[in-house]
Amino acid sequence: MNNIEVSALARVEGEGGLYIGLENGKAVEIRLDIYEPPRFFEGFLQDRFLQEVPDITARICGICPVAYQMSSAFALENALDIKISPQARALRRLMYCGEYIESHALHIYMLQAPDLLGKESVFEVAAIAPDVVTNALRLKKIGNEILKTIGGRSVHPVNVCVGGFYQWPDAAPLKALLPDLEWGLQSALDCVKWAVTLPYPDLEVDYEFVALHHPDEYAVIEGEVWSSKGHKVSIADYETRYIEEHVKHSNALHGHTVDGNTYLVGPLARLNLNYEQLLPRAKQALVENKISLPIKNPYKSLIARAVELVQFYKEAIELVKAYKPEGPAHVELKLKAGEGTGATEAPRGLLYHRYKIDDNGMIQFAKITPPTAQNLPRIEADLFALAPQIVSMDEDKATRTAEHLVRAYDPCISCATHFLKLKVEEK
Amino acid sequence: MTNHKPSIAVYKFSSCDGCQLSLLNMEDEILDLAKVVNIAFFLEATRVIQPGPYDIAIVEGSITTPHELERIKEVRRESKILVALGTCATAGGIQALRNFEDAGQYANTVYAHPEYLNYLKTATPISEHVTVDLELWGCPVNKAQVIEVILALLNNRKPNLPPYSVCMECKRHGTVCVLVDKGIPCLGPATQAGCGALCPSCGRGCYGCFGPFRGANVESLSETLQSIERYPGETLRLFRNISGYAPSFRKTADKLLNMEAKK
Repeated sequence: MNNIEVSALARVEGEGGLYIGLENGKAVEIRLDIYEPPRFFEGFLQDRFLQEVPDITARICGICPVAYQMSSAFALENALDIKISPQARALRRLMYCGEYIESHALHIYMLQAPDLLGKESVFEVAAIAPDVVTNALRLKKIGNEILKTIGGRSVHPVNVCVGGFYQWPDAAPLKALLPDLEWGLQSALDCVKWAVTLPYPDLEVDYEFVALHHPDEYAVIEGEVWSSKGHKVSIADYETRYIEEHVKHSNALHGHTVDGNTYLVGPLARLNLNYEQLLPRAKQALVENKISLPIKNPYKSLIARAVELVQFYKEAIELVKAYKPEGPAHVELKLKAGEGTGATEAPRGLLYHRYKIDDNGMIQFAKITPPTAQNLPRIEADLFALAPQIVSMDEDKATRTAEHLVRAYDPCISCATHFLKLKVEEK
Repeated sequence: MTNHKPSIAVYKFSSCDGCQLSLLNMEDEILDLAKVVNIAFFLEATRVIQPGPYDIAIVEGSITTPHELERIKEVRRESKILVALGTCATAGGIQALRNFEDAGQYANTVYAHPEYLNYLKTATPISEHVTVDLELWGCPVNKAQVIEVILALLNNRKPNLPPYSVCMECKRHGTVCVLVDKGIPCLGPATQAGCGALCPSCGRGCYGCFGPFRGANVESLSETLQSIERYPGETLRLFRNISGYAPSFRKTADKLLNMEAKK
């Protein structure tokens, strides 16, 4: 095959490039180059007051700011040995429902679906299937409305603080979302039905799935770090098994296990490890649509996202119905020196934070491991697995299939990728 | 109007994607917008890349690498009107915190092999490098303001943006002043309106993400804030944050640091 060069991989977040080196029709080198400029968040956090941290870490990602706020808030609460009230915990889950809904609807319909429908963008999809896109936009908007109602705005909401929330949101505007949420649940169920009919490329990978696990709920904000290989560690011990390294071709760090293996975080990992904790309605959707687990095809992450849309719409309905703010919205902080860890499931996967603070609540050390950093080596490995298939394709199809794979991961390369160059080179 | 649909190109520099996401978050408007403009370059939304020149370039992010420095000049050459979108593009944003420290030290903190990195010591607004026709502040920008700016450009008029501070928005909403009533440090009096006074309506102080309000008496506010700090250095940290590289906030923070040094 001749060299393939695509000037840009679109419909992902951030800047990167893709290089596939071939020898006798076999891939010998694959690199996902991350050009996304280095952003020094852990550095900026030094010597900031702990209550500023959720506002600063939100700025890591415009698409999943809530995840960054949540992981940092839990980590700092852990450092201060405080526990938020059950109502605040429920409200954080509701907020996370909003983020999952907007992020998954964006990814399913606007970023990945065009690949499966042979289109370049959601605008082209709108030309052939206007109803699908109109529904998709409404599905997404409702997620943003949840965020706005609780946090003031959907991108970088302002209400989360260490200790809980600055203020309870009024119940009335939340309850007013119920008709929309009920509509969203039905649409999400339709989304699963539609998702299983799409023409996914073939690729089965023997992943090590890693996700938070909680015995009583579909893990999002607390739990243990479980792996499909049977390893279970507490969040505090996360770094004893999962480490990051800085490789030359990437401004994002690369994650692997202490044994040097790659692993996968995100919707497939969550669904495969935690399907027993899904709400009955979401479980039923699995059965109705004959979805058998585990799903090992990365392209089919879309199906897992669709099932999660059902889960989080249903959960949002329950949480909104039960919402009854009582008592203080946040715990008063008693400052002391310490160290704390926190992990939550961002829509793209496990997001781990660790902080050290001094007596005055100033940050001495910060470590943040985003989901995409953990998945990058896995994306490269999947491209290796895909290479034998794509070398026999024509250039355009090969490029699209490789790009589609990267997109299916929903990489957040700003957490990163606006210039993902695919270069296939015969050595 | 002629049949010519104005072309729009959306670019990302160093940023979180949140401001261009505000375009995709126009759930009620985006399909209509796509009918009246030609979305010629918007990688977060489409693989299609139409060649320039473009009528309107919307630029998100600050300039933090040698490559971005080159690229912003190309964008300027390709575009009739250049809009800087969001506080990263208008003031360097959160990334500009590196301008006050040694970026090399940050690189050492975050990356094991800083020698692999290629970055500038500073994160700077677009206007430090090329002529910017219109600036829209916000971290993130307010979607309604983005729509207003696009409509204004399409209709060849000046966008209607509020010429007052966040305080006015609180008054308009009937939000009780957090600074006067509760003694909570708030940057609202010195911050450009546009967000809808979200933070005070959540019972907390404004942290200035829409940038300085031009007519503000920043010095006087700084003195007031110092008298009600909840922890030492709070005023300094309020000014030296997301909009910290904007000139009036930068000067105020520098002054506070000088006072600190003289003590």
